[in-house]
Amino acid sequence: MATSDLQIAEHNLQHHFADMEQQQETSTFGMWMFLLTEIMFFGGLFTAYLVYRSSYYTAFVEGSQKMNIWLGATNTAVLICSSLTMALGVRAAQTGKPKLMVVLLLITILFGLGFLGIKAVEYHEHWTNHEFPGPNFHFETGDPAHPPTDPQHTEIYFSLYWAMTGLHALHMVIGVGLVSWIIIMGLRRAYSPSYYSPVEIVGLYWHFVDLVWIYLFPLLYLISKKHG
Amino acid sequence: MTVTNFQPATQEEHFSPESHVVPVSLYVVIWATLMVCTALTVFAASVDLGIFNIVVALVIATFKGTLVVLFFMHLRYSTKLTMITVIAALFWLFIMFSLSMTDYLTRAWSTYG
Repeated sequence: MATSDLQIAEHNLQHHFADMEQQQETSTFGMWMFLLTEIMFFGGLFTAYLVYRSSYYTAFVEGSQKMNIWLGATNTAVLICSSLTMALGVRAAQTGKPKLMVVLLLITILFGLGFLGIKAVEYHEHWTNHEFPGPNFHFETGDPAHPPTDPQHTEIYFSLYWAMTGLHALHMVIGVGLVSWIIIMGLRRAYSPSYYSPVEIVGLYWHFVDLVWIYLFPLLYLISKKHG
Repeated sequence: MTVTNFQPATQEEHFSPESHVVPVSLYVVIWATLMVCTALTVFAASVDLGIFNIVVALVIATFKGTLVVLFFMHLRYSTKLTMITVIAALFWLFIMFSLSMTDYLTRAWSTYG
């Protein structure tokens, strides 16, 4: 193991870095810079949410009542579990256990696909209920005694719901692709304790996507006490 | 940071990045805390706290997010440069939120001006 570890390190150390440690710090820093731009990217949508929610609070509450809190909470739990298996997968790469890493990352992908599956069920429900913004948008509170106060502004809530969860889901799809790539490279024994930066960096990306959902869940599903 | 280390190192030093290995037990504790907090935030949403529903939800979310960033994303064991990058991200996000809201929250003032 020690020899192949050295070979992998020699093979991967780029000439413009002094040593593997400097190379790894640089790539981790680069990934954080990218995540900073991602924070600002999602931040634009969060700002739009903040502006419209503060203006049309009642309409947003009515829209959020249509969310299935249990599916949302299950998906939050699924993502947290996937983050654990991802963190353990990175640790396996770090400690030189490529087989364990592949297994843990496969479980991570399964959790990721599970998240997307549950999301698809929710999307289908909203779609068939005409809760998709556009010409076919139609909103009923489901309680004849309380007709919707402001359907037009509830449509804004749903626009933000689809945009924010949609962008997040796109990140999940990309994440699944990246983890698949790491698994293939892991099967080829491309990583070792001295060179596992790609695993670390994809891990950072995966945890970031989890982090975004940690905020999306309360902001979209739990605006106010669930009625009925 | 080893930027100043231009001396040729021995092979052992040369190929061993000193990365911190987090114990499995710590990852499991963080995971369990995150799961409990998720249950807590769903429970808190079932209680009518009025305007404080969102405050409780955001405090729990921020606590969860901090755990993810510090431990799963290894920020606690990262270089100062990386920590500054994260603080910069939060700072710019704060600027975007606060400057946008100083506009939108004060527009009605002109009505009474």
